[in-house]
Amino acid sequence: MTETFYDVMRRQGITRRSFLKFCSLTAAAMGLSPAYAAKIADAMENKPRIPVLWLHGLECTCCSESFIRSAHPLAKDVILSMISLDYDDTIMAAAGEQAEAIVDEVIEKHKGNYILACEGNPGLDEGATGGMSCIIAGKPYTEQLRRAAKDAMAIISWGSCASWGCVQAAKPNPTGATPIHKVPDIGNAPIIKVPGCPPIAEVMTAVITYMLTFERLPSLDRQGRPKMFYSQRIHDKCYRRPHFDAGQFVEKWDDESARKGYCLYKMGCKGPTTYNACSTIRWNGGLSFPIQAGHPCIGCSEDGFWDKGSFYDRLTTIKQFGIEANADDIGIGAATVVGGAVAAHAAISALKRTQSKGDQE
Amino acid sequence: MATVTTKPHAEPAVYVYEAPVRIWHWVNALSITLLAVTGYFIGSPLPTMPGEASDHFVMGYIRFVHFAAGYVLAIGFAGRFYWALVGNSHAREIFFHNILRKSYWSGLWHEIKWYLFLEKEPKAYTGHNPLAIFFMHWMFVWAVTFMIFTGFALYGEGAGYDSWQYTLFSSWIIPLMGQSQDVHTWHHLVMWVIVVFVIIHVYVAVREDIMSRQSIISSMISGWRSFKDARPPEDKDVN
Repeated sequence: MTETFYDVMRRQGITRRSFLKFCSLTAAAMGLSPAYAAKIADAMENKPRIPVLWLHGLECTCCSESFIRSAHPLAKDVILSMISLDYDDTIMAAAGEQAEAIVDEVIEKHKGNYILACEGNPGLDEGATGGMSCIIAGKPYTEQLRRAAKDAMAIISWGSCASWGCVQAAKPNPTGATPIHKVPDIGNAPIIKVPGCPPIAEVMTAVITYMLTFERLPSLDRQGRPKMFYSQRIHDKCYRRPHFDAGQFVEKWDDESARKGYCLYKMGCKGPTTYNACSTIRWNGGLSFPIQAGHPCIGCSEDGFWDKGSFYDRLTTIKQFGIEANADDIGIGAATVVGGAVAAHAAISALKRTQSKGDQE
Repeated sequence: MATVTTKPHAEPAVYVYEAPVRIWHWVNALSITLLAVTGYFIGSPLPTMPGEASDHFVMGYIRFVHFAAGYVLAIGFAGRFYWALVGNSHAREIFFHNILRKSYWSGLWHEIKWYLFLEKEPKAYTGHNPLAIFFMHWMFVWAVTFMIFTGFALYGEGAGYDSWQYTLFSSWIIPLMGQSQDVHTWHHLVMWVIVVFVIIHVYVAVREDIMSRQSIISSMISGWRSFKDARPPEDKDVN
């Protein structure tokens, strides 16, 4: 029989007291009532661990870096043991043939019962590199991904790469990098997007914990993101929001307003257009998040955030107009041209009218 | 000073713009002005306020005016659409008109030539001339519809997941256009489309009032269209 989570934890020397603490903290993090702490504990004591295949495509490993730093009490020790992380080439001990054999074994043994966690995305054949930009065990990554996706219970798209495409899919996207849900023939397994570059560690662990505890996917929004973490904007829960409402803004780096911690809206903060939990859960064990550190949000969990112009401009750069322009530049330009045309037209009209009046006399 | 003498003639007046249309026109004009100004300042806020945050509510007030005017615009527009269905034929013009009619295109072409100073005299119309209908429909009706939809989509973001604005608008418009930032950009761009429309609209109304063969500005106040000569207007039997 497969070990339960509780067995694993006890084996690793975690006391029952610490275990129960972890359960209640996880319940709180997911916005559940205290009664659910017992349910989580029950699930962990009785359910076998779900095998997880963690595949890496085109990416920077920042999702893994974030994940292993889940600083929730005990989480970094426990979460890795909660799931049966059978394959993760970045952190696994096995290598080469031995490692690759595990992928086949899991797919065969746990058909339809394992979670496929995707970090990064594949470069499709249509890209300039012909799908050869990411080779795993001598084959294009796309092949491994499709094979593992076919029999998965669910797919988790870790980070902005797997969810949206991120930097490698930014224009002109030479490798044909494509987010998981847009890969052709990916199969029918439900896909959960956990965007962010990287996603918040506690969000990653909580999504897995939720799936283990309730044996179902968390409730997702229309774009496939867990509602509990992506239903509000950074702006909605930002601690600098009162300065925004008051009209108090940082005008330039290091001015008096910056020292006073005013709103970073004018510095290009994407908080008002970014759905994520940074302003509530924060980073590094709830220590801080970009805005608290005095830097505007760059909107890293949003689709195509690399292609929206400078991180430090509030208005998006619109590249279709050849030169760097934003909505105001284009609008003021158009209004000036039309205004000028109107004035010229009025002048000609007046002239013509005077002429025709002259003719009538 | 020279006086222009014209032959004595009857000046028939026609009741064109019913009261709801006239009231809507001016309320709409006011709300668009407020929306454009406050919208601009939401995108590019005023210089920073000194002192304590609790002493000020500048962005709050600007956004409130924007949202309130937005509601007035949206409800007014819905009412105006209703009136297009139940009002007189002129109330229908900017929403529905037969583009298959040959006279629409010949009238449109004539009007373009009149604006290029290639025609000596414009045609008279009881309602809008074809060029006016063209601009009203494509540059005003559709632009305002777009702004109402994207406006509610953006409002729904603040109102939250459980709000009807989110359910009806944000939930599908945001993914459709990419992401929230894209909706903001398009909402901002189409604001400028409407600003350009207003520039043209005001200029043309004044010009037509002086140079065309019928009354324009006073008609939107009184509702009555009067003609400067006795020749029948083009659209007498059409509507």
